[in-house]
Amino acid sequence: MAVSVLMPALSPTMTEGTLSRWLVKEGDNVTSGDVIAEIETDKATMEVEALEDGVIAGLMVAEGTQNVVVNAVIAILAEDGETIEQALKVETAVPAAPQLSAPKKSASQTESVPAMAELKSEKTPTIALPEKNIFPSISSPSASPTSALSESGRIFASPLARRIASNAGLNLANVEGTGPHGRIIRADVEDALAAGPVNQLTTAAAPSEERFVPHSAMRRVIAERLQHSKQIAPHFYLTVDCEIDALLTARQALNEAAAEGVKISVNDMVIKAAAAALMQVPDVNGYFEEEGCRYFSAVDICMAVAVEGGLVTPVIHNAQQLGLTDISAKTSDLASRARSGTLEPFEYAGGGFTISNLGMYGIREFAAVINPPQSAILAVGAGEQRPVVKNGELAVATVMSVTLSADHRIVDGALGARWLQIFKQAIEQPVTMLL
Amino acid sequence: MTQSAPFDIFVIGGGPGGYVAAIRASQLGMRVGLVESEHLGGICLNWGCIPTKALLRAAELRHNLNHLSEYGITVEGNVSIDVEKVVSRSRKVAGKLSGGVAHLLKKNKVTVIEGRAKLAAQEEGIWLVDIEGKLAQAVQAKHVIIATGARARQLAGLETDGVQILSYKEAMVPKTMPKSLIVVGSGAIGVEFASFYKDMGVEVTIIEAMGRILNAEDAEISALAHKAFEKRGITIHTSAQLRGFEKTKNSVNATVTLRGKQEIISSEQVIMAVGIVGNSEGLGLEHTKVKLNKGHIETNSQMATAEPGLYAIGDVTGAPWLAHKASHEGILCVEAIAGLKNLHPIKPDAVPGCTYCRPQIASVGLSEEQAKAQGYKIKVGKFPFLGNGKAIALGDDEGLVKTIFDEKTGALLGAHMLGPEVTELIQGYVVAQTLETTEAELMQTIFPHPTLSEAMHESVLDAYQRAIHF
Repeated sequence: MAVSVLMPALSPTMTEGTLSRWLVKEGDNVTSGDVIAEIETDKATMEVEALEDGVIAGLMVAEGTQNVVVNAVIAILAEDGETIEQALKVETAVPAAPQLSAPKKSASQTESVPAMAELKSEKTPTIALPEKNIFPSISSPSASPTSALSESGRIFASPLARRIASNAGLNLANVEGTGPHGRIIRADVEDALAAGPVNQLTTAAAPSEERFVPHSAMRRVIAERLQHSKQIAPHFYLTVDCEIDALLTARQALNEAAAEGVKISVNDMVIKAAAAALMQVPDVNGYFEEEGCRYFSAVDICMAVAVEGGLVTPVIHNAQQLGLTDISAKTSDLASRARSGTLEPFEYAGGGFTISNLGMYGIREFAAVINPPQSAILAVGAGEQRPVVKNGELAVATVMSVTLSADHRIVDGALGARWLQIFKQAIEQPVTMLL
Repeated sequence: MTQSAPFDIFVIGGGPGGYVAAIRASQLGMRVGLVESEHLGGICLNWGCIPTKALLRAAELRHNLNHLSEYGITVEGNVSIDVEKVVSRSRKVAGKLSGGVAHLLKKNKVTVIEGRAKLAAQEEGIWLVDIEGKLAQAVQAKHVIIATGARARQLAGLETDGVQILSYKEAMVPKTMPKSLIVVGSGAIGVEFASFYKDMGVEVTIIEAMGRILNAEDAEISALAHKAFEKRGITIHTSAQLRGFEKTKNSVNATVTLRGKQEIISSEQVIMAVGIVGNSEGLGLEHTKVKLNKGHIETNSQMATAEPGLYAIGDVTGAPWLAHKASHEGILCVEAIAGLKNLHPIKPDAVPGCTYCRPQIASVGLSEEQAKAQGYKIKVGKFPFLGNGKAIALGDDEGLVKTIFDEKTGALLGAHMLGPEVTELIQGYVVAQTLETTEAELMQTIFPHPTLSEAMHESVLDAYQRAIHF
């Protein structure tokens, strides 16, 4: 009886993987337990073991083949008293794994593997498989096995099934349940144990605690918008270092002179500088739309505020008209109401540009994802003392790195660079902001 | 006359196996026919489980009358038993339920035919079944389920005559009470009759060939039952070989070998309860690949015989001869035919058994001996009803709840009970077993107080040395 060796699932969520290496060749004798191949996912490389004794009649998937779907036949094993030809004949009705990146291994096999192209997009071929399908044994030296989970993250199994599995060191995640509603029952565990070491852990697994949090509306919006942004908008990134010693001095002077209760932050000054740069380079202040680009005369700047369970981006409207005191009052009001969830819809809708500041976490620099449909976002790092070279001499300066992520469909490299240049100038010569 | 379109399923026999199979098949959208030669509901409903329960209820009431004074109740005057009325009530109960089965089948659009069926031929996957009865006819069916049940076993030279030597059927409809009675065989049927007749004032002797009564039960439970019966005044002879009967005008002399000695035991009547044999004759099976084993039809775990398209369920397939086993097999058989997924074969250890003698006996799974013989390392828990408040309040505190666990997995291997209402209690353990609980879940379960079921909880606790009330 010929045996099909199927592409194993290394984890319950795995739908395809790469057959990175064959450790046997056609005609080789294998004994149950022999490592026959290595399989790779984005997470780990694992070894595939033969589960039956026999002769490798055919390798149906070439080494290095990517995107081999789970349960596809990867090899045919001829069992006792069976010739390779007989074994392969039985298998002619069996679809082989789709091959996307590697050529077929030998011409002789091509005939026995029909409809290759048609299968490429098929995840689970429903063609009758031969008498026996063997899911190869996986020995996993590097990765710990993942638990099979229902949507809620719970494995349904009878207490007795759990007890027997735990005694035997069997991972229930890989056991198929045949009880009511797919519950794993004693018989399933006993079958799995009888089937051999497929699902067994070499060492008892530490119980993994999992948490399932259903999506909040905010989480959905963040996921949808940012995924959309990264898929649609071709991002490019420009980073520049700004010396902010002068800005810090000016800030101190401003705060000393300001009315009681007013405390201008570096971030307020960043907003002011960005507003000034957007006024001077208005081509960055727009949306890319299907029929054309839309530009704004008003500078509406969003600021990213981390809140419980996500983030919001309230808008400072007409930032170009606001002085630092106004900006400061506005930002602290918006930030505190964002955290308490009391923003009005118009306060977080729209905006032409966004600033995201992670400097308070000590982040040196980072690249942010553009907040669509805006054309750019500025990621602001921490202001920190760094060695700089001034007039050929090493000196210490307080430096803040900022990175502009821009949508290349509307902002070209030179335009973005020019915007940054003006921003840097404003930051480094804060007096110009007062103009 | 031939059916225009073949039935998807045709069931031969309308007992608890057959009629349940027919209803389930109808629920699954199949065209179903059923043939019954005598009475819907089968032996169980007409001549077994149900009418005997009606008789035993009368016996229980009679017994309670003797003990009313213990509860402070005095009844003056004579107590007499109208045997005819006791029996007619039992027949009415059976009749009512049989009518109910007819209604259920009609409601489920099962075509019911009266008569005897015989497989005539199979052509292109369609069975031709000849029906002999009021209206001779032939039906066609894709699948045929044999659910013909079983009948009392006759021993050569010890045949029943229906007057002095009775089978279960005659024993169920006595016109008068004999003075004395021998019950041959001490399985569930034997001890139920012994219990009934004893409570009705008859002198009862049990003759059992095996070393103990209720041989299928756990040895400890069997010994407790033995003691309880003897306390009631029932004479029990175990390891007794019945050699023959000599009938005189008013009595039967039974020759019995007891401990190597021949003895004569005389009584007015004898009830033979020495097992049953499958009704596998006259069905036309000789032309099929069906295999018989001592009159019982052999099947696989999904009730299919060796002949494609032919199935057998219930008593005709062999022990245990229990109505609920037959019903469950009927459902499994039909669901397998319908191609339902994830069907599991019936586990013998999951089939409970109930015996309605006084005190009652109920069990499921392995006995202590069986568990040991199968190589399990076991933990055994025992709790007597003596320690149960509700039992004491009822004035019925005789008995024991015994549980057997697999030490390694905590699986409940078996539960064995003797005492008040244990036939109703056992289901708690059966559910636990089916849900595959371990001792931990049973211990965590809150049993209501005051109930007899608390003894079940305590027995589990006792298996792990944690019993509270004993």
